[in-house]
Amino acid sequence: MSLTPAELTSSVSGGIGSSPQRPDGNLKVRGEYAYASDLWHEDMIWGATLRSPHPYAKILSIDLTEALKVPGVYAVLTHQDVPGRNLYGLEHKDQPVLAEDVVRYQGEPVALVGADHPETALRAMKRIKVEYEVLTPVVDMETAIDDTPLHPGGNLVRHVPIRRGDVSAKADVVVTGRYEVGMQDQAFLGPESGLAVPAEDGGVDLYIATQWLHVDQKQIASALGMPLPKVRLTLSGVGGAFGGREDLSMQVHACLLALHTGKPTKMVYNREESFYGHVHRHPAVLYYEHGADHTGKLVYVKAKIYLDGGAYASSTSAVVANAATLGIGPYEVHNLSIDAWGVYTNNPPCGAMRGFGAVQAAFAYESQMDKLAEALGMDPVDVRIMNAMTEGTLMPTGQVVDSAAPVAQLLKLVKDKPLPPPSGSVGSAGSAGVDLRNLPGGVSNTTHGEGVVRGVGYAVGIKNICFSEGYDDYSTARVRLQVINGEPAALAHTAACEVGQGLVTIMQQIVRSELGVERVTILPMDTSIGNGGSTSASRQTYVTGGAVRAACLAVKDKLAKLAAGRSTTDLVELLGDQVIDETVEWRHRATEPLDPVTGQGNAHVQYGFAAHRAVVDVDIELGVVKVVELDCAQDVGKALNPQAVIGQIQGGSAQGLGLAVMEEIQTAGGKVRNPSFTDYLIPTVLDMPPMSIDVLELADPNAPYGVRGVGEPPTISSTPAIVAAIRNATGLALTRVPVRPEHITNT
Amino acid sequence: MRVNVTVNGEQRQADDVWEGESLLYVLRERLGLPGSKNACEQGECGSCTVYLDDVPVCSCLVAAGQAQDREVRTVEGLAEGDALDPVQEAFVEAGAVQCGFCTPGLVVAAHDLVNRVPDPSDPEIREALAGNLCRCTGYEKILDAVRLAARKKSAQQKSAR
Ligand code: FES
Ligand code: FES
Repeated sequence: MSLTPAELTSSVSGGIGSSPQRPDGNLKVRGEYAYASDLWHEDMIWGATLRSPHPYAKILSIDLTEALKVPGVYAVLTHQDVPGRNLYGLEHKDQPVLAEDVVRYQGEPVALVGADHPETALRAMKRIKVEYEVLTPVVDMETAIDDTPLHPGGNLVRHVPIRRGDVSAKADVVVTGRYEVGMQDQAFLGPESGLAVPAEDGGVDLYIATQWLHVDQKQIASALGMPLPKVRLTLSGVGGAFGGREDLSMQVHACLLALHTGKPTKMVYNREESFYGHVHRHPAVLYYEHGADHTGKLVYVKAKIYLDGGAYASSTSAVVANAATLGIGPYEVHNLSIDAWGVYTNNPPCGAMRGFGAVQAAFAYESQMDKLAEALGMDPVDVRIMNAMTEGTLMPTGQVVDSAAPVAQLLKLVKDKPLPPPSGSVGSAGSAGVDLRNLPGGVSNTTHGEGVVRGVGYAVGIKNICFSEGYDDYSTARVRLQVINGEPAALAHTAACEVGQGLVTIMQQIVRSELGVERVTILPMDTSIGNGGSTSASRQTYVTGGAVRAACLAVKDKLAKLAAGRSTTDLVELLGDQVIDETVEWRHRATEPLDPVTGQGNAHVQYGFAAHRAVVDVDIELGVVKVVELDCAQDVGKALNPQAVIGQIQGGSAQGLGLAVMEEIQTAGGKVRNPSFTDYLIPTVLDMPPMSIDVLELADPNAPYGVRGVGEPPTISSTPAIVAAIRNATGLALTRVPVRPEHITNT
Repeated sequence: MRVNVTVNGEQRQADDVWEGESLLYVLRERLGLPGSKNACEQGECGSCTVYLDDVPVCSCLVAAGQAQDREVRTVEGLAEGDALDPVQEAFVEAGAVQCGFCTPGLVVAAHDLVNRVPDPSDPEIREALAGNLCRCTGYEKILDAVRLAARKKSAQQKSAR
């Protein structure tokens, strides 16, 4: 008798499609989950980083004498102490571990101190004398390419052109606009931190909060001049990421100190240092021209997009490609001319943040769609639906959208939701049946409803899921099945980073569903197994989920062999004391590079879509905005964990709200003016409105279980929907985010 | 200096405390209680919230010396052995925990709220949690968790009667 694998496994609870509790949930609510900043080691010392106060300067000299005299100091290091290559970077190796003769941004690391107390380290750090010759910083992204070259190859990181059809085609209505997006910060709550422990083999073990263990390992090994196996990383608890942990921060620094002193070294940034210590979302300036016929059908789109990469390239190349290829939004247009440039300046380095490239473009193209609707006297949702892409549409790159693209349906879903009751109603804490807490300004009592106007706005967005442009994007998973204490038990191991999103839950769910085993242990994520790829581009459920599933299938194959010729289907009997242990590398379908002249090519793996409706109340006298409701509809292909999916959509929407009305790293001459949570505001529970979420599950036949990446799309459409609502309330043009009170009051 | 403080019902002593060390630092680095978090150390995020003599405070803003001879209760002191406090249970069940870095502070703040106010309204919940930042959830599931915690608390009290 032979059994097919499917018959061998029974179904158990907590599998895919349900919402079991997170395996780390109990530890987290008890305060016992070990985040990177909680790590402790016998005999450990603390590291501190001296950073440049100038956006652009020559280093003339560094004097460590006084710092070394401070009691309790173990080491003070500069670039001369970097044994390997003093340059690293995600896509271009252009960033020094410690600055040599020049600093290119305010906050660039110059020297390190290791001491017995964090305060000692800071005191010693202040005694390092660095002599600078201050230079004039390059700060304007639109003129940077022709300005003083900051790197050997000049200031252009990447230009992506897209040319298709004929942009001189005749249009009845033309709308143009210039838009600006400010510099947003990921503002994850868990600061950058890690613990480096020198090992007996001369290597180092690093416990770290990151988004991608293997890319860190590669960069650290290169800087330390060590072979990969001597640099071992283990993921510690990560307090959020959102793109801000894709680049190295303190990884190499802690390893350098540990190897120099022979002591375990801990580094933890405080909030101010965190603002200097990681990349931000690229600020952008975007010029658009949309032409449509008199019915509202788009005839052509022209766009020029500038993205400020700041001092180092980080992931600028990918950001530029996203802005260009997703630059017209989820619409069907055949005549296109798009150019996107990413440049170097002396502003803070910018790189990955949730929805990168797509967020900036969406603010511009959705603003343009509203402008077009107004010029045509059409409803803004109707004009979007008329131009909405569908399955089969050609992307600006010429790529066919070959799975569900329910853009019109998502818009209809948010449009058909009932609207909230009028301003300030509900409750009775204020005067005359008005609840101040529901009005702009809240209990600061700035208005009782006078001067408050309501507005409603819509937006829809598109994001590529997984890594693009021919990148070999894969994940490695190991699944082990055996009998423990008379019960079947499984174990899953990957190097894919859990940063809060719930990958550990998804992995357990997949193993339960595939193997019919309830007890599933997730091993700590580390570099003892192959690459898990980055926790970014909304890719982990897709790619690492795909790898875990593939490993389960390999285990099931083995199980089928065990079952051959036997009459039992009981796992415990079949396995006996055998252990099945399978490791699999799994990759999604291949993509292609973009043609460098026309921008054509099948560059993306999958597309994700979300639509928002925002309802706002605006106090037009004070310029204060209260978002009253923020509803979202999103297609997720298949909700492996419905509760986690809603959590991602709500959290992503909140970050979009932040960009719409409050979040911006403000710079002047390259210097950051607000590196604190006092001055860089992120939404509080008082700023967030109720969010009702509609989830569509239109399976993508190319993806494991039909999943479609969830994390980024809601961040993209949230911002333009809120700004559209503020425009609807005020009649103002509002071409820049975040919208500030003075943009509304015109003061 | 030396600081004597009762933490989670236990008399504790920290030696060699520097002038200017916060209660948060002493808890985390000297008393082995890293549950309270350090997201800003400026009083802006609430991740370090603990009870000081039954009143929730940002422990990053309290000088360690100010806690001398007083009672501190941290997130580590809420569960009874293996049994989670209903507020903790509710946070896990409602999906209010993602990265969880805000969770210890929010759990303490929510614990205080549901103990003071048996059936808090949404605006009351929002006001009570206004000092606690969360970057992951958008707060909707945190509100769900607090509503659920309040229900659990009152059910617990009914069955205790
Ligand atoms: S760490 Fe205390 S309020 Fe943020
Ligand atoms: S769950 Fe990550 S900050 Fe709240």
